[in-house]
Amino acid sequence: MTRQERAAWIFSAPVLAVIALVFVLPTALAMALSVTDYSIYALADWANLRFVGLGNFGDLFATPLFWRAIGNTALFAVLGVPMAIGTSLAVALLLNDATVRWKPLWRVLLFAPYVTSIVATAVVWRFLFNERSGLINRVLATVGVAPVDWLGDPHTSIPAILIFVTWKIFGYNMIVFTAALSAVPQDLMEAARLDGAGRWGRFRHVTLPAIGPTLLLAAVMSVAGFLQIFAEPYVMTLGGPAQSTTTILYFMFDEGFKWWNLGQASAVAFVLFVMILALTMVQTRIGRRYEWL
Amino acid sequence: MALMKPRAILANTAVVVLTALTIAPLIYMVIVSFMPRGESSSLPTPLWPSHWSLENYHELLVRRLIDGAWFDYRIVPALFNSIAIAAISTLLGLLLTVPAGYAFAKLRFRGRERLLKILIASLVVPGQVAMLPLFLIFKQLGLVNSYAGVILPSLAGIFAILFVRQATLAIPDEMIDAARIDGASEGRIFVAIVLPLLTPIVVTLALFLFLGSWNDFLWPLIVLADQHLYTLPVAVAAIAREHSADGELMMAAAVVTTMPVLLLFLAMQRYYLTGLLGGSVKG
Repeated sequence: MTRQERAAWIFSAPVLAVIALVFVLPTALAMALSVTDYSIYALADWANLRFVGLGNFGDLFATPLFWRAIGNTALFAVLGVPMAIGTSLAVALLLNDATVRWKPLWRVLLFAPYVTSIVATAVVWRFLFNERSGLINRVLATVGVAPVDWLGDPHTSIPAILIFVTWKIFGYNMIVFTAALSAVPQDLMEAARLDGAGRWGRFRHVTLPAIGPTLLLAAVMSVAGFLQIFAEPYVMTLGGPAQSTTTILYFMFDEGFKWWNLGQASAVAFVLFVMILALTMVQTRIGRRYEWL
Repeated sequence: MALMKPRAILANTAVVVLTALTIAPLIYMVIVSFMPRGESSSLPTPLWPSHWSLENYHELLVRRLIDGAWFDYRIVPALFNSIAIAAISTLLGLLLTVPAGYAFAKLRFRGRERLLKILIASLVVPGQVAMLPLFLIFKQLGLVNSYAGVILPSLAGIFAILFVRQATLAIPDEMIDAARIDGASEGRIFVAIVLPLLTPIVVTLALFLFLGSWNDFLWPLIVLADQHLYTLPVAVAAIAREHSADGELMMAAAVVTTMPVLLLFLAMQRYYLTGLLGGSVKG
């Protein structure tokens, strides 16, 4: 082993060991756990552990609440990704306009919600969404909208949480898109302008191809993020009303740490993993087709 | 100053309105936290306190005797837990990931490329998959209900390694090779040459790690059963699920949880945002 090689291992072995212990090993064990009936009885005594094959998955697929959680999570992702990415892109484009002054100031303020704790700001937004005395209904009342029971009505609970989530996270991709927009070739933009391309044409044929890869990556990350929604319903709605905000992770948390069905919960985690993996692969393929990647 | 064109006025107004809307919930959170108790649920919804009051903070933070038993919301202990846990995991996180990031960028060793590919690929695996078995492992190791149990998983900084590696690639090989020819040891090269050049990146990473640990919720919720060890988000979530009607008190709790990191972010925003931007945008 060369001197350099020895140094490299001294530098990287500790963190690789930690990753192996807290990430690789448990991820491998998760698959093993998902084919057992690990429950509170096994927690007390390992002798109570039985191999159940794919039984957990069978049980899971026969549980209506599991499908409800899948549906709710899918709804979060389908509505949330365009909402969040669209907001980020719109604000980034606005901030990119040459006439806007004091850009660094706006950037910092618009980004601020992103660094706050989800739990604390979820508490704030639950308060804002209050039907009777919430600020949002008060503002809506000034334009004649009747009070909405945002978090108490199964039809508005997901949109309400998505408004909060968008507020919380749009700053991140706004910054990412700002970086991508600054790399859009200006000479190409100028050439398009001289050729008579309008504002939309320039966006569609110059800006969009240039930021395409960034947009795709942001979309992949956002889908993964929305599939992992947990803290928001945990704090704002407790998964309700009428289980309308019970997400996959919320379901997993209840199965695992409220009812201690860890085998069953591992099966849920595994399903989540497969969903994220599949979506990432689909999105990468779409990206290849449009030659973004 | 020249007169602005209509388009410029429109764009600037839009930015100001948007920023005001974004900041409004945070401002309102602070305002309500100073309202007298019960005022925020009166109608019409008050936008300003009838008088500024500290009673919510007193209620939230001060331990007092009720019917012969001490009672408090455990926010002060949670504040200390959060500070301690975030500080320790930031420090250990840097100690573990910065040298590793450098090694992956500049030191040649067998298996480097393969390990790197595995690390990148593993970013797809959601952390929650590992959480259930990890809980059982930690239970066996006696780490459940301890600082170590919260901190250890946060040290598996795959993202941090890749982040440091990316920054280190920009350091010219010649500098390192020259030091090697002069007889400097690998450890000395890292400490005396590489680390000073990486300082801005290390500060950025420290911020990411600190905020990440401070705001982390699901894992601390799982691994901490003892209320005395709760971090702020876990403590606030527990209060929120029990005292949902108490608006002013909850806003005070939210202020205590968000303000430290918001102020930290505002003070260090240059490092944070350039870290995200990858140094591509100025001013």
